[in-house]
Amino acid sequence: MSPHLQVWRWHLTMFTSILHRATGVALYGGAVIVTAWALALGAGPDAYQGFTDLMASPPGRLVLVGLTLSVFYHLANGLRHLFWDAGLGLSVTTSYQSGVMAMAFSVVATVIVWAIGLGQ
Amino acid sequence: MVELALPKNSRVQKGRHHPAPAGAKKVKTFRIYRYDPEGTGNPRWDTYEVDVAACGPMVLDVLIHIKNTMDPTLTFRRSCREGVCGSCAMNVGGRNTLACTHGHEEVPGSTCQISPLPQMPVVKDLVPDLTHFYAQYASIEPWLHTTTPEPQTEWVQSPQDREKLDGLYECILCACCTTSCPSYWWNGDRYLGPATLLHAYRWLVDSRDEATGERLDALEDPFKLYRCHTIMNCAQVCPKGLNPAKAIAEVKKMLAERVV
Repeated sequence: MSPHLQVWRWHLTMFTSILHRATGVALYGGAVIVTAWALALGAGPDAYQGFTDLMASPPGRLVLVGLTLSVFYHLANGLRHLFWDAGLGLSVTTSYQSGVMAMAFSVVATVIVWAIGLGQ
Repeated sequence: MVELALPKNSRVQKGRHHPAPAGAKKVKTFRIYRYDPEGTGNPRWDTYEVDVAACGPMVLDVLIHIKNTMDPTLTFRRSCREGVCGSCAMNVGGRNTLACTHGHEEVPGSTCQISPLPQMPVVKDLVPDLTHFYAQYASIEPWLHTTTPEPQTEWVQSPQDREKLDGLYECILCACCTTSCPSYWWNGDRYLGPATLLHAYRWLVDSRDEATGERLDALEDPFKLYRCHTIMNCAQVCPKGLNPAKAIAEVKKMLAERVV
């Protein structure tokens, strides 16, 4: 079998595509965390305190920042897919531009959300 | 199935080095994939120091120069040398292209790496086995299907309907797009891939074809069509500047539109 990933020079659209898949998988993990949050809430004040302490710890926060990025990137890239399904924005140039926009949006939106969250 | 690494017997090892000939004016290094089916070893990367002042500007010119003056065992396909036949499709500098229309100076970096079309069985050196690719193309029945009696003259078509085939009929089936597609790398056994699907669309939009329904039925399958995730590698490597991703999106639209 001839080499494939081993030799390929990556395109931006290839990266945005695999990132969509990765953030999608991350969001499943996020769903588990939200469920754990709800369960902790139901299990009483001690359990809830334990859960919020864990999430407020530096590794917990890192996970939450990652999830915020995942939500916004998956949302923005999902919109790209919506346009593509309508047959729009499929030229090489446009797909590059929309890819850059999706990534920029996810970073900016994450910064804004955390600025608001930490500002309170 | 996703297999990120190459199978053990396909891993490319360090190969032989062919130094520049004496008196070379402008030396450039080419790293070329070699595989000898009659040998027992793994494929290898051979390096050739080529005097690019002594040959033409295209990658194919370099390959022919190597074969003629440095190493007659180097094997590759070529025919028209003007981007019409699709024979010399290969991976040059990490992207699929036609060696005959791609200048070696267009490849970034000081060394130019050349390997066969990706994730394909290799016959020898730069020659991939395209049997499955052609079988997939044949599976979409790429000819005019009609039920009305044949006219005495040609099947007529308005200029507007003819225009719908622009950007589709130019495909030369070089397999650059299909073998650039990660979805095809992982599911090529069942996913038809960009080139075949572009041709499928070419017959779907042909105003003279009368089997649109049957053609769409044949494509309505989780693997054949829907493994396209709009990764867009196909459109970026097509040496004819076509856009298979767009054609596939149009097929998906046709399938969606007939149920709503």
